[in-house]
Amino acid sequence: MLEIAAFWTFAIILVGAGLAVVIGKNLFHSVLWLALALVATAGIFLTLDAEFIAAVQVLLYAGGVVTVVVFAIVVTERLVGERLSHTSRHLAAGVLVSGGLLVLLVRAIARAQVSLPRPALSGDLTRQIGTSLLTQFALPFELLAVLLVVGLLGASYFARPED
Amino acid sequence: MGLQAYLTLAAVVFCLGLFGTVTRRNTVGILLGIELMLNAVNINLVAFSRFRGVDTGMVFTLFAICITVAEIALGLSIVILLFRSRRTATADHIDWLKG
Repeated sequence: MLEIAAFWTFAIILVGAGLAVVIGKNLFHSVLWLALALVATAGIFLTLDAEFIAAVQVLLYAGGVVTVVVFAIVVTERLVGERLSHTSRHLAAGVLVSGGLLVLLVRAIARAQVSLPRPALSGDLTRQIGTSLLTQFALPFELLAVLLVVGLLGASYFARPED
Repeated sequence: MGLQAYLTLAAVVFCLGLFGTVTRRNTVGILLGIELMLNAVNINLVAFSRFRGVDTGMVFTLFAICITVAEIALGLSIVILLFRSRRTATADHIDWLKG
């Protein structure tokens, strides 16, 4: 009962905030709505018993990404000294493409026989994730570290001061 | 809640992100739409992982989150670079690669 209530609460917050992200007029408000949507997604992860993923989501996404986006907006507005325009275009095409895809996806999901029963938790999920991250997925994990370093270097190279 | 509820929710959020990506003029707005789409995919991964009783999907979600963070940092630094050289953040104005 509590789980169903939590799912619907987080789902409504997520969809509402997502809608506000894509149709709002103010870019800064869009970023704040995105932060709310990301936190609601962390709540959805909690209803799926994935506490560790929810914590990573809040720390990295809602904390890191939103901070970086806000920082970028502030910097670019200072560079030109005017507010960023944040309007939409091709609204009909957007509604057509995304609405069509939504109809297709929902029909496919309704037709697919995926009503799996939810298995009982077997032990500590966070412990399982940590174990497979350092055994089965050790190589991708190391590659991810390399990717992050490359991304960091690339970003700071792009945004270097002009000389 | 069943698996289908999670899949439907992820489909709705994905389509919202797609709508934002298609309709926004501002490059930062397009990036926000892409973020929403990636987020929806993560919901799918975690839901499938939980309902299958295998933790591979959750590990994959961790990778996806980290790669998204690298992507957004690079994307925003490109936006800042474009702003410096062209004084614009509108995607339609960034067309000088056209042959």
